[in-house]
Amino acid sequence: MNTNKWLNITIFTASLMIGSHATAGKTLLNVSYDPTRELYSEFNAAFAEHWQAKNNEKVTIQQSHGGSGKQARSVIDGLEADVVTLALASDINAIAEKAKLLPEDWQKRLALNSTPYTSTIIFLVRKGNPKGIKDWGDLARPGMAVITPNPKTSGGAQWNFLAAWQFGKQRYGEDKAKDFVSNIYKNVPVLDSGARGSTTTFVERGVGDVLISWENEAFLAIKEYGADKFEVVIPSLSILAEPPVAIVDKVVDKKGTRQVAEAYLQYLYSEEGQEIAAKHFYRPTDAKVAEKHASKFPKIELFKIDDAFGGWKNAHKVHFADGGTFDQIYLQ
Amino acid sequence: MSTFKQHSILPGFNLALGFTLLYLSLIVLIPLSAAFIRTAELTWLEFWTIVTTPRVMASYRLTFGASFAAALVNAVFGLLVAWVLVRYHFPGKKLVDALVDLPFALPTAVAGIALTALYAGNGWIGQFLEPMGFKVAFTPLGIFVALTFIGLPFVVRTVQPVLEDIESELEEAAATLGANRWQTFTRVIFPALFPALMTGFALAFARAIGEYGSVIFIAGNMPMISEITPLLIITKLEQYDYAGATALSVVMLVISFILLLIINLLQWWSRRRSIES
Repeated sequence: MNTNKWLNITIFTASLMIGSHATAGKTLLNVSYDPTRELYSEFNAAFAEHWQAKNNEKVTIQQSHGGSGKQARSVIDGLEADVVTLALASDINAIAEKAKLLPEDWQKRLALNSTPYTSTIIFLVRKGNPKGIKDWGDLARPGMAVITPNPKTSGGAQWNFLAAWQFGKQRYGEDKAKDFVSNIYKNVPVLDSGARGSTTTFVERGVGDVLISWENEAFLAIKEYGADKFEVVIPSLSILAEPPVAIVDKVVDKKGTRQVAEAYLQYLYSEEGQEIAAKHFYRPTDAKVAEKHASKFPKIELFKIDDAFGGWKNAHKVHFADGGTFDQIYLQ
Repeated sequence: MSTFKQHSILPGFNLALGFTLLYLSLIVLIPLSAAFIRTAELTWLEFWTIVTTPRVMASYRLTFGASFAAALVNAVFGLLVAWVLVRYHFPGKKLVDALVDLPFALPTAVAGIALTALYAGNGWIGQFLEPMGFKVAFTPLGIFVALTFIGLPFVVRTVQPVLEDIESELEEAAATLGANRWQTFTRVIFPALFPALMTGFALAFARAIGEYGSVIFIAGNMPMISEITPLLIITKLEQYDYAGATALSVVMLVISFILLLIINLLQWWSRRRSIES
């Protein structure tokens, strides 16, 4: 946590210094969550080129990555982010509610609930799938070792939890969902604090039979470590994860970067932006690009959090707040 | 004030004391009091409920228990290391001496990752331990290992200079007066070392209580089993529960302060006793 904070401060000061020295150019700070590193390093370069060609102005984009909640907290505590691209709408809600840096209806300002790309939750298993894992139901079997991060600290883990809950609800009924999820968590030997930590535990430490993972993380792990070690299992049902983006109004108005920040987020919706997202295994929302990459993204029945859980605020209160169902599972 | 003031032959007492108080306030007291002020947002009942939930209680037991055990092990083996470094001469001694400080210098997260890689089921050490039924990584035992690692230099570095100051003539005198080796150690050397050893123990203990970076990677972080209190504080922060987080830190501060006070009293008492005898 300390190292991250220092990193944020360093990036922040670095951006200040660059901002004051470069007379012609503009600087944006994009505060994002953990697994988007690769996506944004490519997207930022593409946008800088696009902006230069269109407006003949140089723009430099600074990146900051970390757990989604931690990043939101840094922005609340004063990290001057022009745009935030986080894992959960509730983290941007927190910035709006607690620091009033942007209006509470921020999610209505951009198309598709301010979600330029989506993702979902799938399974990563060891090569050959030795435990024969096919669906959520298998994760609750005794003797299975399941790796997932702690939903209290990880945005990704909250999607995992909710997807499992919804499966339990549909398959076994409303009142059995908790027992079902509880059986899955009985099989969890390690609760890391973030999604990358869990991937490391599963991939590098060799712990566990199955990793519940972001779709893009799972494909990235296969790309990095080889298809001869791991394979992906697609469950019958999963959650439509919508990692939203927003401009931080108070910051862009102070720095005079509103125009370029807006263009930056709009560019995520453009064909080029969507192509880059697809390349990094995020599901594009643009129909044309989605069609082109359809073979890359397995077809899954996806449900939305608003339909199944009545939105983030409610889901958080019932499941992840102190005394919520996640706490109850461990206190039984 | 004038009755309180002690006349010292050294000038500058007022200035020096003033500076000391200012410095301590700036560096220690003001940041800590911020924690207390934040807690004041809570009523007593809320505070009490937050700091006594079963999950939090389990984390106190683990944090203070593992820290105490690790400091105890370090007290024994740190003394041994200091002894070897002071009393014997061997090739590569300077190198070994420098190695002792490594846990100080290493970022704790790196230590945690390295230890986890070693002790995980597929790691160098873990692959031999696990078939024997010892699971270290992702259990409370792993926390103990990490805390032992980070605490070692504190004991060695506090005991070493005191040990160097004990002249070997003292031991020779004891021998000529008819003491055997065991008596020389328990009656002559150990009493002289004890206060320094207690300091080392207290430092290692205090360091272990506050440790976060290295533990988080090796602990497994299971609620009720391997969650340390600092992790719960972070968890509360992640959920924007600043008051709850500071409530837990206040409890840790108070417990740590009381424990350190007891250790200081013990030290004072043992020093008094060795002077009297």
